[in-house]
Amino acid sequence: MKTGAKILVESLQREGTEIIFGYPGGVVLPIYDELYDSSLRHILVRHEQAAAHAADGFARASGRVGVCLATSGPGACNLVTGIATAYMDSVPIVALTGQVPTNLLGNDAFQESDITGITMPITKHNYLLKNAGEVSRIVQEAFYIAGTGRQGPVLIDIPKDVSTGLSEDVKLPEKVSLRGYNPTYKGHKRQMEKALELLDHAERPLIYAGGGIISSNASAELVEFATLASIPVTTTLMGIGCIPCNHPLNLGMLGMHGTEYANFAVTECDLLISIGARFDDRVTGKLETFASHAKIIHIDIDPAEISKNKHADVPIVGDVRAVLQDLLSLMKKREAREQWLKKIRHWKQHHPLKCPTNGALHPQFIIRTLSDLVKDKAVIVSEVGQNQMWTAQHFCFHNPRTWITSGGLGTMGYGLPAAMGAHFARPDVPVFDIAGDGSIQMNIQEFGTIAAEKIPVKVVILNNMYLGMVRQWQELFYDHRYSFTELPPVDFVKIANAYGIEGMRIESPDEVLPALQASLDCDGPFVMDFRIEREENVFPMVPAGAAINDMIGGHPQS
Amino acid sequence: MKPHTLSILVENKSGVLSRVTGLFSRRGFNIESLAVGPCEEPDMSRITIVVIGDDEKIEQVMKQLNKLIDVIKVSDLTDSERVERELALIKVTAELGTSRAEIMQIASIFRASIVDVGAKTLILQVIGDTDKIEAMEKLLRQYGIKEFVRTGTVGILRGAKTVTSGK
Repeated sequence: MKTGAKILVESLQREGTEIIFGYPGGVVLPIYDELYDSSLRHILVRHEQAAAHAADGFARASGRVGVCLATSGPGACNLVTGIATAYMDSVPIVALTGQVPTNLLGNDAFQESDITGITMPITKHNYLLKNAGEVSRIVQEAFYIAGTGRQGPVLIDIPKDVSTGLSEDVKLPEKVSLRGYNPTYKGHKRQMEKALELLDHAERPLIYAGGGIISSNASAELVEFATLASIPVTTTLMGIGCIPCNHPLNLGMLGMHGTEYANFAVTECDLLISIGARFDDRVTGKLETFASHAKIIHIDIDPAEISKNKHADVPIVGDVRAVLQDLLSLMKKREAREQWLKKIRHWKQHHPLKCPTNGALHPQFIIRTLSDLVKDKAVIVSEVGQNQMWTAQHFCFHNPRTWITSGGLGTMGYGLPAAMGAHFARPDVPVFDIAGDGSIQMNIQEFGTIAAEKIPVKVVILNNMYLGMVRQWQELFYDHRYSFTELPPVDFVKIANAYGIEGMRIESPDEVLPALQASLDCDGPFVMDFRIEREENVFPMVPAGAAINDMIGGHPQS
Repeated sequence: MKPHTLSILVENKSGVLSRVTGLFSRRGFNIESLAVGPCEEPDMSRITIVVIGDDEKIEQVMKQLNKLIDVIKVSDLTDSERVERELALIKVTAELGTSRAEIMQIASIFRASIVDVGAKTLILQVIGDTDKIEAMEKLLRQYGIKEFVRTGTVGILRGAKTVTSGK
């Protein structure tokens, strides 16, 4: 006989878990006691939200399921933002929460909260365990559900008496089989043939590549497909990294802060091939004018995404990688679409992203300097806001899973803890968190974790003493009325030092490269406080609800 | 926009109904009626939901329902030959010696049965589709309806076709 807590730890290891991020508390004491002499590595965070984000960052950087652990009540509730973040971006994590003993459930007991009820809309599935005998089977199911199909977070709520309860080993099936869960992996052959027919007749096709390509590990197939069929590629925020930034067919990001040439291409294309993307409002702008001259092929593993926002002429439900492989085997090489590519080259040449150079310290310059310095040997995590958009625009990503950001939920405070998780997935390369002074303060307590655990995250704070993105909207759309968006100056170097972390303040462009180099030369974590141009904006920009070729801050139309 | 009758086969576990109804409210779909109960498989339940919406909206509801792990099968019965029934209990004011006879006449026209006779009230039980029940309610309103309880629609396909787990 074993306790539920012991079965839990063994089950996690059986699923290949090596590291979990967590925070102890009353009802998870039996689990923590089991962890005390387990080989499972536990990272003690400073706030449970960070545990969820760290598990998420680990999952995105590694492609494996991330795991976090919190106690009942406030601990579980603190995971909520992290779980919602993972849900919106389809990231596989398993969140474990303690719960009051089953005989007190529903009794408003100390530190009781109905976390399965609370997380119902933000998990792919969740469980409330009833006895120790079901622990191993449900852990197996949870990992299976989190990591297959359209991936996502799964929560397991574990009452204290389940952790302390006893059970014999339960024989588990080799493969999980659930009658209500059967994701479609293979694309429908006839649909794929239809797609290729459309492609044959298209003069101006465009691939709109999303995060689904990253999660299904289909980057190589995507690049091969685009090259073979001579189709330019624009990526969503989540799709960045699926095709190298300097690939001639890559148009960069589309949408609200997309490149002008990507948004022009969407507007003018006659065939849009959406792969692992979901026509989010930040991508499409005004739906009626989005790719309005194009037929649409929509490839996605989640049937509910097909025609949700935009009617798909040819829907293909399946795993993006499997579908691309099948398409590749069915298609022939096609000569370059010279006219279309020429037009795109013209746009690229005349409408490049702007990088101001007037002697002041501009964030775009910092991102480009970092990009040139680390090249393809780093994982870049961001917070949310201007810092995120500047990085998405100006950092040159070469590989999938090297760009980690909260896209769907847009969670400020995501970056630092996600960077901690990413480090454990990729200890071979430096991990940078690109932050703003607003978002870094949302989980700044994690300086404690990176210091204590010697996690060598390099924190780049683009400090403009504003909640910059909101201020930008206030400048453009609210008549410069900066309502509650100015932040008083903070000495981040002193804060870092107080935690025992090295830091540096940077105030001019010529200090940028030395500072970044110093951060790389430092073995441990390092905090850089860049005092940037305060009212720098992210351009180009599509105002909310406008057509995506209707950008402000771009170049004059030629 | 018309009412669609969805037949949903689910795992018979606690919390499943709240997953299903939560999905409706979260995604802004209005439930017109709801009926739940055990079914031919001992470890499953069947939920019948009537929801109003255009075809695209209903397709989206069904796809979202299918994503729930505890949902085994979702079918839209609307465009198929089917039987739909609802049961209603109606407590009508019927003082002795007043309109009692009339009410009992209406009941017999609707093939409703009188399941309780009190000094001041009658309880009528009527079974039928939504239109029939609403027609009867309309007629009885003039006598004074004290309480009106409906089960929600249940539906089943005609002929040999079924909505089952396919096992």
